[in-house]
Amino acid sequence: MTQIATLSQRNIITTEDLTANDIETILDTADSFKEISTRAIKKVPTLRGRTIINLFFEASTRTRTSFEIAGKRLSADVINISGAASSTVKGESLIDTARNLEAMNPDILVIRHNCSGAPDLISRFINCPVINAGDGAHQHPSQSLLDLFTIRERKGTLKGLKVTIVGDITHSRVARSNIRAMQTMGMTVKVVGPPTLIPTGIKNLGVEVGYDLEKGIEDADVIMVLRIQLERQNQGLLSSLREYSNYFCLTKNHLSKVKKDVLIIHPGPVNRGIEISLDVMEGPHSLILDQVTNGVAIRMALFYLLLGESDANPN
Amino acid sequence: MQTLIKNGHLIDPANDKNGDFDLLIKDGKIDAVEPKGRLDNISESEIIDAKGLIVSPGFCDMHVHFREPGHEYKETIETGSQSAAAGGFTTVAVMPNTSPVNDNRSITELILSQAKQTAIVNILPIGAITKGLKGESLSDMGELKEAGCIGYSDDGMPVSNSELMRRALEYSKMFDLPCIQHSEVLELTRGGSMNEGTVCTEMGLKGMPTEAEDIMVHRDICLLPKTGGRLHVAHISSGGSVELVRQAKAKGLPVTCEVAPHHFTLTHEACRGYDTNAKMSPPLRTDSDLEMIKEGMKDGTIDIIATDHAPHDVVDKQVEFSKACFGIVGLETALPLTLKMVDEGVISLERAIDMLTSQTNKIFDIDKGTLGVGKDADITLFDPNTKYSIDPSKFKSRSKNSPYKGWKVRGKVIRTLVNGKTVFENQ
Repeated sequence: MTQIATLSQRNIITTEDLTANDIETILDTADSFKEISTRAIKKVPTLRGRTIINLFFEASTRTRTSFEIAGKRLSADVINISGAASSTVKGESLIDTARNLEAMNPDILVIRHNCSGAPDLISRFINCPVINAGDGAHQHPSQSLLDLFTIRERKGTLKGLKVTIVGDITHSRVARSNIRAMQTMGMTVKVVGPPTLIPTGIKNLGVEVGYDLEKGIEDADVIMVLRIQLERQNQGLLSSLREYSNYFCLTKNHLSKVKKDVLIIHPGPVNRGIEISLDVMEGPHSLILDQVTNGVAIRMALFYLLLGESDANPN
Repeated sequence: MQTLIKNGHLIDPANDKNGDFDLLIKDGKIDAVEPKGRLDNISESEIIDAKGLIVSPGFCDMHVHFREPGHEYKETIETGSQSAAAGGFTTVAVMPNTSPVNDNRSITELILSQAKQTAIVNILPIGAITKGLKGESLSDMGELKEAGCIGYSDDGMPVSNSELMRRALEYSKMFDLPCIQHSEVLELTRGGSMNEGTVCTEMGLKGMPTEAEDIMVHRDICLLPKTGGRLHVAHISSGGSVELVRQAKAKGLPVTCEVAPHHFTLTHEACRGYDTNAKMSPPLRTDSDLEMIKEGMKDGTIDIIATDHAPHDVVDKQVEFSKACFGIVGLETALPLTLKMVDEGVISLERAIDMLTSQTNKIFDIDKGTLGVGKDADITLFDPNTKYSIDPSKFKSRSKNSPYKGWKVRGKVIRTLVNGKTVFENQ
């Protein structure tokens, strides 16, 4: 890493904004950062003196911890704020919360929010770079980037790969971010799930739609299984989780009929035995834990690239 | 006191006039309308030179929200009336979803008394169909009419219960006032914040499908033959609903409908970037809905233009899209947006004025929207040719929520008169 690469964006809000070049840059940068996490002393001084605020209005284990660790491994000061502990419960508006945090001069604001468009709204009112850590059913760009990283690590390339996303597409920000990013990288995407969980007009995004799991995955290089949220059955979108599993749970049976080198990924958290069987989840095709490991490297790369002119060499 | 408006091009669809006429006002009433020059010998009158201007009956907007009582930080009867006058509207009907709701005589009287003291245009209250807009029991429709209401609506909320809607149509017949329905099957729109379609799917928002409107429009039409009530469909937005109204009219059923300017000028694409100024209920629809709306304006299926003027403060709009309030400031952009339909060849200028004035009379029997001799001198003078860029910060409305910022339009209101008095003048 002799030259500092730059991105076309100063906020990471949707994968739609990222060019193929941006994505390559982020993945390459993450590649060079990944090794740091394997050291005994897992810290480099790259972002010493920088301040990162994680503002999380929605429950999260993986993503929040991953952003926090990423910042700390680069020596940034990381502050975590959860929605329940923030002033919004006192009635403060989102914009005011963000402006107040900005007044303390952070270098990056990472935000997760249950409303689609919330990071976009914040970015219009503050100057500090914003990273979207998941907004409603809209986007979760860092998840998509770590998915691409994980796939590229195994396959060597992304171009031409076929991906099938299985499950609740309607409510999935992971699906939306990945559809965009994967298409940008020359991959083809198919979505499979019950029609009640496939949103209107999704075909216009250039994806194929199917309702049959077996058919939907037969030529896939990558199967991305999405979490089925338990509350969907109360909303009348599913008859029961049992029936959902009968049709859409990825099991060992399926794997005998797909490509030998198929990769299986899942953004977590997993409902074991509902969308994916235990043996598949823990089997040789599954990269679920690699995704989590790689997530730290991706977020380190995002921090590093957004904060630009840092002079330290990560190695 | 006499006022002569001369040298203008007068368009008065109610009296089938379209040409160079001068108009004399005496004691707040229209005293004479004669071909250009014939009234020149009238002495001692104030002269308004309307050269280059269209002289129109004052516009009527049968669907506005003035927020008083209850949400005066968004709009009051006073500021709303100023907004109306600036937009060329001399008569507006205020929806009852205030706080408290206008579902009884005392609130109607409060609104009218506030109007008398503060409003510069005519304010006509609409009473609630059901008590508290709760959709549970009918309001005292007779009392509301006696107090001054000119129609009934639960606007903002539909009357979901079919039995109750049936009874509302029956009962209102006794008072010969229309029921104005906000047509929306709530089960289909719950949690939604924009039209269901490609754009909402990309934005990750819950959609409100056109079927939610169509089903209720159809249901209400089905209730008409036996009940004999009069149905007015508020803010029609879907192509399917336009077709349903067209078919019902062809059968001779007593149904009318209105369209808001945003539903013939914008589509759901305007919501991109999470622009909450483009968040409306019913939501902005698709190109094909837009085309069918225009078709309905052209063939007369759509009777009137009503703005659904829904002012909201920034605190209700500068928030997460799904949490933002629905609606826009409508009164001050209605004329130029309607003239766009004239430019596009959808309707003639005369028909545009008809939809803003005399057609209203046919639905509400308010004796407005006409330049007939002896009628109230409510008159709007506008320059159809002045081009400008819309600047919401200059709105008279207390709120500035508009998706039309920066739109290049033509058609500027120059002067608005109510009862012969100038209530707005554009310098």
